[in-house]
Amino acid sequence: MDFSVVWEYLPMLLQGAWVTLWITVVSLAIGLAVAIPLALARLAKNPLISSPAYVFVLYFRGTPLLVQIFLIYYGSGQFRLELTDLGLWGFFRDPWFCGVLALVLNTAAYSAEIFRGAISAVPRNDIEAGRACGMSGLLLFRRITMPKAFRIGLPAYGNEVIFLLQATSLVSTITILDLTGISRQLISKTFAVYEFYLTAAAMYLVMTYALVYLFRVWEKRMSGHLQERVANEPR
Amino acid sequence: MLDLHGYGWLLFDGLQLTIAVGLCAMVVAVLLGLLGSWGKLTHNRWANLAANIYTTVVRGVPELILLLLVYFGTPTLIQSIATRMGYDIRVDINPFIAGTITIGFIYGAFATEVLRGAFQSIHKGQVEAARAIGMPRLKVFHRILLPQALRFALPGLGNVWMVLIKATALISIIQLDELMRKTKIASNATHEPFTFYLLASFIYLGITLVSMMAQKRAEVWANKGVTR
Repeated sequence: MDFSVVWEYLPMLLQGAWVTLWITVVSLAIGLAVAIPLALARLAKNPLISSPAYVFVLYFRGTPLLVQIFLIYYGSGQFRLELTDLGLWGFFRDPWFCGVLALVLNTAAYSAEIFRGAISAVPRNDIEAGRACGMSGLLLFRRITMPKAFRIGLPAYGNEVIFLLQATSLVSTITILDLTGISRQLISKTFAVYEFYLTAAAMYLVMTYALVYLFRVWEKRMSGHLQERVANEPR
Repeated sequence: MLDLHGYGWLLFDGLQLTIAVGLCAMVVAVLLGLLGSWGKLTHNRWANLAANIYTTVVRGVPELILLLLVYFGTPTLIQSIATRMGYDIRVDINPFIAGTITIGFIYGAFATEVLRGAFQSIHKGQVEAARAIGMPRLKVFHRILLPQALRFALPGLGNVWMVLIKATALISIIQLDELMRKTKIASNATHEPFTFYLLASFIYLGITLVSMMAQKRAEVWANKGVTR
């Protein structure tokens, strides 16, 4: 084992790690914005609204992410002429757009399911109390339902964030040079196979557990008042 | 309506291999899960440490990296060790075995957590009672612990299976001719990638739906002796 070659290319690996984080954050932000309306649509009483949302969630949770990425990136090529006419070919030709789009749709489906569960787990009493104070509609949702649901869903959402971070490694299959992509490229140049993969694995490990830690801190801040209190010291 | 240009059977061949890899990997995962949950629950400190490192590392690294590491990394590692010892050998890993072992190894970590929780939810008194009647430890395990733990673990293991079968799509990257790779071959030959990837996604969706139904039936079967 010779890790000096890894040391030599460390700046490139760090740049790859930066790309990985960037893709994760962008996909999460857009995915969250899609997930909340989607969760509400899933909960809607009107089947015309809830069933398309159900099908969307079922499809993106029931098929592998790799297929979704290939379907968007390679599949769009089949409609090149139509997409060019619409002026959209520029987007679908770009691996970044396709990669992020697939990740956004995928994480939106998983997060929507988490928030649907969280919203329906908000105690009825809280909502009734809110109504009794004269709140309704959007105000009730913004002040009572959403903050409570967010606390309930946060641990599960933290897991989803970690899954997404690791899932971003799949965009390396469509030529994006994230941490996995850059490792594969450097390996084909230097033939130091396990050195680079082990280093990349260690970097993913650090990023994952940094995120786990951040979410634990955040959870404590959000719902510290619900934690079991440590018994007072005997006086 | 849907013209597959005669490539439909190719996908069917791939599907068979996907299911074969998935089932073999699931067996590996459950066995590793049993071993791992023993490691987590036993009083041996070294076993605790090994099991904790296993689940921590595997769940913190993407499947793709682990797969590439096993498939491309292990032969190079063995070769470079052999070269240092004065031998010149070439090691090739069969992609089926590499895929099965890697996927099984990864989801073994998830199965470990599921089974650990299941074993923990069995009341300690039952083990003590069985020991008191004179059953040896192994008999306690297969008569008392395992049947009950599997019932508790069924929903969790069902989830592990559904994530695992989707993860087998990654094995196409190490050139195993499973569903994903056959799809790629078909879409390259016909220049209709959308048709074929969409079809492949529906096949995976079909596997998921069938698994969901099977899981529901298995849970009903496993809980038939339980009153609510």
